Amino acid sequence: MKVLAAMSGGVDSAVAAALAVEAGHDVVGVHMALSRNRDQFRSGSRGCCSIEDAGDARRAADVLGIPYYVWDLSETFEETVVADFLTEYEAGRTPNPCVRCNEHIKFEALLDKATALGFDAVATGHYARIETRDAGHPGGPVRELHRSPNTAKDQSYVLAVMGPERLARAMFPLGGFATKDEVRAEAARRGLSVSAKPDSYDICFVADGDTRGFLQRRLGSRPGTVVDTSGEVVGEHDGAYAFTVGQRKGLGLGRPAADGKARYVVDVQTSTNTVVVGPAELLSVNRIGGDQAVWFDGALDAAPAGDGWFDAEVQVRAHGTPVPARVRAPEGGAMEIELTGEPLRGVAAGQSVVAYRGTRVLGQATVTKAWRG
Amino acid sequence: MDVTASLTEPVTGHPDGSEPPPDTGAYLDHAATTPMTSAALAAFVEHAHHTGNASSLHSAGRAARRTAEESRETVAAALGARPSEVVFTASGTEADNLAIKGMFWGRRAEDRRRTRILVSAVEHHAVLDPAFWLAGHAGAQVVLLPVDGEGRIDLDALRAELAEHAEEIALVSVMWANNEVGTVQPVRDVVRAARHHQIPVHVDAVQAVGQVPVDFTASGADAMTVSGHKVGGPAGVGALLARRDLPLDAVLHGGGQERGVRSGTLDVPAIAAFAVAVRDAVAGREAHAGRIAALRDELVSRVRDIVPDAMLCGPDPQAHPDGRLPGNAHFAFPGAEGDSLLYLLDSAGVQASTGSACQAGVPQPSHVLLAMGVPETAARGALRFSLGTTSTRADVDRLAAALPQVVERARAAGLVGGRRS
Repeated sequence: MKVLAAMSGGVDSAVAAALAVEAGHDVVGVHMALSRNRDQFRSGSRGCCSIEDAGDARRAADVLGIPYYVWDLSETFEETVVADFLTEYEAGRTPNPCVRCNEHIKFEALLDKATALGFDAVATGHYARIETRDAGHPGGPVRELHRSPNTAKDQSYVLAVMGPERLARAMFPLGGFATKDEVRAEAARRGLSVSAKPDSYDICFVADGDTRGFLQRRLGSRPGTVVDTSGEVVGEHDGAYAFTVGQRKGLGLGRPAADGKARYVVDVQTSTNTVVVGPAELLSVNRIGGDQAVWFDGALDAAPAGDGWFDAEVQVRAHGTPVPARVRAPEGGAMEIELTGEPLRGVAAGQSVVAYRGTRVLGQATVTKAWRG
Repeated sequence: MDVTASLTEPVTGHPDGSEPPPDTGAYLDHAATTPMTSAALAAFVEHAHHTGNASSLHSAGRAARRTAEESRETVAAALGARPSEVVFTASGTEADNLAIKGMFWGRRAEDRRRTRILVSAVEHHAVLDPAFWLAGHAGAQVVLLPVDGEGRIDLDALRAELAEHAEEIALVSVMWANNEVGTVQPVRDVVRAARHHQIPVHVDAVQAVGQVPVDFTASGADAMTVSGHKVGGPAGVGALLARRDLPLDAVLHGGGQERGVRSGTLDVPAIAAFAVAVRDAVAGREAHAGRIAALRDELVSRVRDIVPDAMLCGPDPQAHPDGRLPGNAHFAFPGAEGDSLLYLLDSAGVQASTGSACQAGVPQPSHVLLAMGVPETAARGALRFSLGTTSTRADVDRLAAALPQVVERARAAGLVGGRRS
């Protein structure tokens, strides 16, 4: 197959490209340039988008003996991932930019461009497994997205948004690796100099890791009040958009609550620019509603009568713990969830919710509301 | 076997004839760099065999010095300069930096009011970036002179700026010919206008030497940049031709070589090879330019046949035979992106360049095309094809064979990838 290896300059995508080459594919390496501003994205080992990273990707491609190009996706990145990040926070929701990047950049802009240019698949260094199963499904073989055996690194949560059509053109060569050390060893064995490069964390376009500062620079200061659940003003803020439900740190409240308990953000009301704080109990939810749901092939086979309830586990954070739930997929692209075990705390609108059965990803939706019911 | 003699022979295949030469594809990026000539390579190798610091006083040093000075005379003779006006540098970029910074500092030291730097909006980054660096660090004001739709400098705007701010202008810098779209600038008119106000002019002639007639003294310019690897010499060597009466401060300080404005041990093998390349490029210019202009015209006409809506950027060579470098063709392909075109052509063995200066992950739309008024959407689909000594009709054939499918695919990718409406 003709495979485009997306190469960030990190060790994972370099090894993924190497494995695609060794599997006999005709591989071309592409580094996505996601910013036109030299200074916007942090440099050095922490980022994923710096000039050094592009150079590291180039060196890895050299070692693998594959062609290498830089493609400019900066405009699409700004229009989708960064714009979504800002409008979601501005609306009082909590976006996950890595989910949106997978949705709009890696598995849409890049994948569609690659397909148009004659590639059969895009390979990335994500930690997730693709399984093809043909047992008994009426529509033919089914491609399933599964968790990585590397539970600490598993990225199925941020990949689920791509849905089945995109999965059909994706390759995750690191799917079988149980530990990052193994990946680093594979890199070292092939003479890839990125083998010891530190992992990247945080949001690549927030150069200093200061999300609140980034939001303030882009959205401007909008002073408002912090109130408790009775409506009493307990503090001030520079913009309600910078707060997220479940947040405890950085509230800047001068005095403790009357009962002495820790206070959390329980609501962000952007219409009145108000942040509401309250005790932890108010964060507990057992009902979650989502929209823009995507379901993988065969995921709803177990659902009685098309939109009936079925058992699954749901996860609301990248490295969160899955919890048991009943899930259904009514008409109109919604996902409805009732937790059947422990409640979840601090589920904010805008987050991604992913339904699993064991290691298998069933579907994904964006949280619109979460409540105690 | 005589190493230098064998290196003067054209490389035609494996020495024992057992293998065909590797397919290096159609190299259509001579404006980026062009192969070293056999004579330049032979000169380089010959002098690399000799030890000797050109600043040393013993016989080895004197021999190196002699080579450097002979090379200086060769470069000067080829470019219409006096040997004492030739300052060897390690690159065209370094020569541009020396010109912009050295002239700015030199002129300002004479008169503190002289802080304005006039540059055309289509200069190479090696001129623009030092100018803007001076604006950020040394109180300079950079005036970008506009160009017309073909990239030619607006002389009226230059004259108006000169008339209005004559007392505050440190220097004018205008390139002889543009590296992206090949537009040849009216250097003599620029010099005449500036001279009227006694303002010195620097000319970046990196792309011009060997393609159009270049004579430093006749041009009237005060400083001029040339580069080795654009004319068949090695990369890593260049020169600034600078009049002796030009106020020029040093950028590199040290041993005081090169009139004290460019310290650093002379790279004698590179300088010798550079001189040979410049000499030969100038001597063979007329025949070479005629040959590659005919090839370029064929390339332009075939691209237009295959892609009727491809837009030729820069002067039309039919209408202005002297207005464009003979080896340059530059097209914008509507609906296609440069990076898709470059990838697809490269896969088909055709090596060209996008119009953008994508520096390892930081893409920028071409400031040259934007200054010419090309919309950013069109600038995105820009490709430069540049011809040189090794270019043949087979290269043009290969491009023409690949182009229909390349443009079709790149346009399909342009519809799905990148921007959405």
